[in-house]
Amino acid sequence: MTPRHLLSVADLGALGIDEVLRLTDSFVEVGARPIPKVPALRGKTVVSLFFEDSTRTRLSFEAAARRLSADVMTFAGSSSSLNKGESLRDTVLTIEAMGVDAFVVRHSCGGVPAQVAGWLGAVGDASVVNAGDGAHEHPTQALLDCYTISRERERRFGAKAGRPQVLSGLQVAIIGDIRHSRVARSNVIAFAALGASVTLVAPPTLLPPSVQGWPAEVSHDVDGALAKCDVAYLLRLQNERMTEQFLPSVREYTALYGLTAERARLLGPSTLVMHPGPVRRGIEIAAEVVDSPSSVITTQVANGVAVRMAVLYLLLGSGAPVGA
Amino acid sequence: MARERQVLLRGGTVVDSTGSRLADVLVKGEVVVAVEAPGQSSEAPPGALALDAEGCAVAPGLVDLHAHLREPGMEEAETIETGSRAAALGGYTAVVAMPNTQPAADCAAVIRQVLELAKSACCDVRPAGAITVGREGKVLAPMAEMAAMGVRVFTDDGTGVQSAALMRRALEYATALGAVIADHCEDASLAGNGCMNEGQVSSLLGLLGRPAVSEEVMVLRDIALARLTGGRLHLLHVTTADALQAVRLAKAAGVPVTAEVTPHHLALTEEALRGYETVYKVNPPLRTLRDVVALRGALSEGTVDAIATDHAPHPPEAKDTSICDAAPGVVGLETALSVCLTELQLPLGTVLALMSWSPAKIAGLHPAHGGPIVAGAPANLCVVDLAKEWVVRPEQMASRSRNTPFAGRRLKGKVRHTLLAGEPVVVNEEPQR
Repeated sequence: MTPRHLLSVADLGALGIDEVLRLTDSFVEVGARPIPKVPALRGKTVVSLFFEDSTRTRLSFEAAARRLSADVMTFAGSSSSLNKGESLRDTVLTIEAMGVDAFVVRHSCGGVPAQVAGWLGAVGDASVVNAGDGAHEHPTQALLDCYTISRERERRFGAKAGRPQVLSGLQVAIIGDIRHSRVARSNVIAFAALGASVTLVAPPTLLPPSVQGWPAEVSHDVDGALAKCDVAYLLRLQNERMTEQFLPSVREYTALYGLTAERARLLGPSTLVMHPGPVRRGIEIAAEVVDSPSSVITTQVANGVAVRMAVLYLLLGSGAPVGA
Repeated sequence: MARERQVLLRGGTVVDSTGSRLADVLVKGEVVVAVEAPGQSSEAPPGALALDAEGCAVAPGLVDLHAHLREPGMEEAETIETGSRAAALGGYTAVVAMPNTQPAADCAAVIRQVLELAKSACCDVRPAGAITVGREGKVLAPMAEMAAMGVRVFTDDGTGVQSAALMRRALEYATALGAVIADHCEDASLAGNGCMNEGQVSSLLGLLGRPAVSEEVMVLRDIALARLTGGRLHLLHVTTADALQAVRLAKAAGVPVTAEVTPHHLALTEEALRGYETVYKVNPPLRTLRDVVALRGALSEGTVDAIATDHAPHPPEAKDTSICDAAPGVVGLETALSVCLTELQLPLGTVLALMSWSPAKIAGLHPAHGGPIVAGAPANLCVVDLAKEWVVRPEQMASRSRNTPFAGRRLKGKVRHTLLAGEPVVVNEEPQR
């Protein structure tokens, strides 16, 4: 049973995530063809509803929809630039009235994709894909990260894992601004569901107010975490965090929590270095580490399109074979 | 001159601060003229309107210390007419109207406008004045000129007075006016742009939180300032267990402080936010189960003096948006008593004390409102059908706004009649004007 919406990566469960990953394999294969396009979603309309700037994620989703032969519409505008006379709900219902099969929603506030799904539930059967909502979740990022870890380990080290828990036994350290990160929330859920042990590494001010019930450990010892992890997952640090008094300075953050070239020497030979982008070289991660062989940051981006194809296909697909 | 109106409330149980007894209540003109054991006046006097109170409590009208009637300036959300009609339907005969209007009620001119509009209202509308000019927290508003017009409650509600020095001056200044300073206790630097209680649930939902301590540090500060100045302090919508503990200790130490809680903070927890429904966004936010338990426990021991609605109407467009952008607040006038009767396992007299005579005293309205039901007393009364079960239907509300967190809830107990100065403004659950 496929869910109608993808609002949280928890909607999928381990089996659902594994299904997306396997589907992604076939779309990676499609992407390698001379004409990387299949007719699976011909006649379907996908709208990207981006109330928060994010060119990369929007382009990735739109490329995914086009490679599935869906028609794509784009709505871009910050929530503050919305016409004061029209509520968010009215905006959504107006676009729905144009005939839409899927809404890909990004908003700076948590919960908007769930609200959109609620408003749509009363009028039709369109699907909603959460493309990042505030500090809540970013499910497709988590899916592409799971895919990248599992397939890169297989490709590099021939590491075959059991299914559906393809990350079973792995140690993942998520390092940085956990508090404000939707990527961290989705990844904690997904990594744990697939069998990994997750450690959150951050200064106390950049941890969520509570991690009670999270399937993760917390540490302030970045060196210790790096030395034992199979995946070092760095999060972006935004400059606002200094003005908001979460940190004394970027310099101090880099010294204490940055993946510097020196610290990178602590990493094991098979440890993967990941980052959801955009990377701030020299802040959370040194330039030479970004470009080192252990970094799979560009692979993450490449896999993003195939994963999003898999998600759209799963939610909207009519059952037509992928390779048709 | 036409003959004075007479109303007979027949067959009910009179419940007031002196106790309860089976009695018929005869009202003539604006006052109660007789309270007699049933049977003695089984025949209504000729020309009297007889209202059935069988199985009902006949009580002093309720008094709300905390309602946003939105007029002047935000009439798309509520007006004094619609808000006071909602109040009458909820059993209220007096409400204190909050000053966060546009313009703010921070001077005699705006107070006069509200009092003028209130003349045709369905309940006694008593404007509260702002503590600071424009509610900006910078300069004391002309409290004396407002007090001269009858204002007895001053507050910057919507926000608290952030400056401790200014709060101290306000408390000092008000001591000469016989007025109470009411504070919305949330330290803005700690509450920030949070849209729900900070904690386990907000962390999971990825929403900015308003921590309990943002309320507690301000409650503690205000108590210290009230102790210093001797000024009367009223704490609006107390929501946390630790804030209550501070109030408990302050009262024991003789500090002149009173506190109110709201029906929604007594009936709901932060768990309500899990579905990202903006109707549950309110300041201070819905808290944890531990807080709700503490709030309920404090009702009967005297730590809490009043239940107030914080009736905060908003038009649909203010709520049909993201949780972050949605306006905080819920409507409450039409559901408050029923929610309390349904949710709280308290004797009726205790609920009425918290919703009628105790708040009436805080607002300086006692005994005209909330006073004992005896011959000669002003006839501000409500008649409550204690057995009546009903379901909250937002579309049927008299308030101009629909943002109730209790939509669809089955409640027990409903106001049947309301008398304002002897006039039946609600009869058989229907507004009469």
